[in-house]
Amino acid sequence: MATLVSRASKQALLRVHSSIIHQKANLSFKNLSKGKKWAVAAIGTLTAGGVGLAVALNTAVLASDLTLHPPKYPWDHAGMLSTLDRASVRRGYQVYKQVCAACHSLEFMYYRNLVGEIMEEDEAKAEAAEIMVVDGPNDQGLMFERPGKLSDKFPNPYPNDEAARAANNGALPPDLTFIVNARHGGENYLFSILTGYCDPPAGVEVREGLHYNPYFPGGSIAMAQALYNEIIEYDDGTPATTSQLAKDVCTFLRWVAEPEHDTRKRMGLKALMIFSVLLAATYYMKRAKWSSLKTRKIAFKPR
Amino acid sequence: MGFNRVSISTKIYQTLFRRTSMFTLTIVVGALFFERAFDESTEYIFNRINAGKQYKDLKKQLAQRAAKEE
Repeated sequence: MATLVSRASKQALLRVHSSIIHQKANLSFKNLSKGKKWAVAAIGTLTAGGVGLAVALNTAVLASDLTLHPPKYPWDHAGMLSTLDRASVRRGYQVYKQVCAACHSLEFMYYRNLVGEIMEEDEAKAEAAEIMVVDGPNDQGLMFERPGKLSDKFPNPYPNDEAARAANNGALPPDLTFIVNARHGGENYLFSILTGYCDPPAGVEVREGLHYNPYFPGGSIAMAQALYNEIIEYDDGTPATTSQLAKDVCTFLRWVAEPEHDTRKRMGLKALMIFSVLLAATYYMKRAKWSSLKTRKIAFKPR
Repeated sequence: MGFNRVSISTKIYQTLFRRTSMFTLTIVVGALFFERAFDESTEYIFNRINAGKQYKDLKKQLAQRAAKEE
């Protein structure tokens, strides 16, 4: 009896409908029934919506968000393949040197960085020679002053941060080397700060020694308006309006923060072109290699 | 198709790619020419996009200004 049942069930279980066994996984979305499709779509939508809602609810509303956000200006170098306008960078250096450098340092800039970027070598040497640098010790063990060389850093307006604070009513003028990358909005923010000074609106009180600027978080900034029309004279004869000065100094600070800017974009163009060719070639190769695998059929024929 | 008639792609294959030694040589020499041509063309495009903005343009301006002052 037992052998009979065993044999019958074996025959029932092992019965094959045709000579080939088809194996098929029913995991694809396409093979689901209509109701299941709806259910999966609904679950997906609900999950995405829930995550979105949770993120939205957890995003803090900051008091600093109540400052005026800078608009986006059409910078000359904003394009994916656009270099910095070197004439503008050069004018910006003039603005920095004659206006900003009174309080702000450029800690990581050397005079040699100017060579071949915005001026010729002899001009940069003359620029460097304008400052006095403490060097030494000499053979008597004394420190001495000498005119600057190309290998010297830009001079710091203050010997240390404490001196800078003491001279500026307790506020520290930030180093400008990386300021464009260090502030949200970059050049747009700096341009707006430099040109955005105005009278405080009714009800807003600005403390003694501070100035109102709607683009600055909190509205009160220690720096006074620095740029005015015709405050300096450009050596290329460009009319020195406030916005021109601000635009040039922002372009200059972009260059200072990112000296590799132009090279980066040049390499970017080359990389995009070569990799698009390689991508197409790789795709073709993949299709070619897989074509034999994908068209192959494996048959299992039990005898 | 006659025995002596060989298509141009067959000829290229037989002379340049068939033997490993020639294949290597083709790659090395090809890379040399390709890189030169690629660099020249991308530089040309880049300089066209940024005409008048780069340091070489500023250098010309500076030289002109210096000549005018003298």
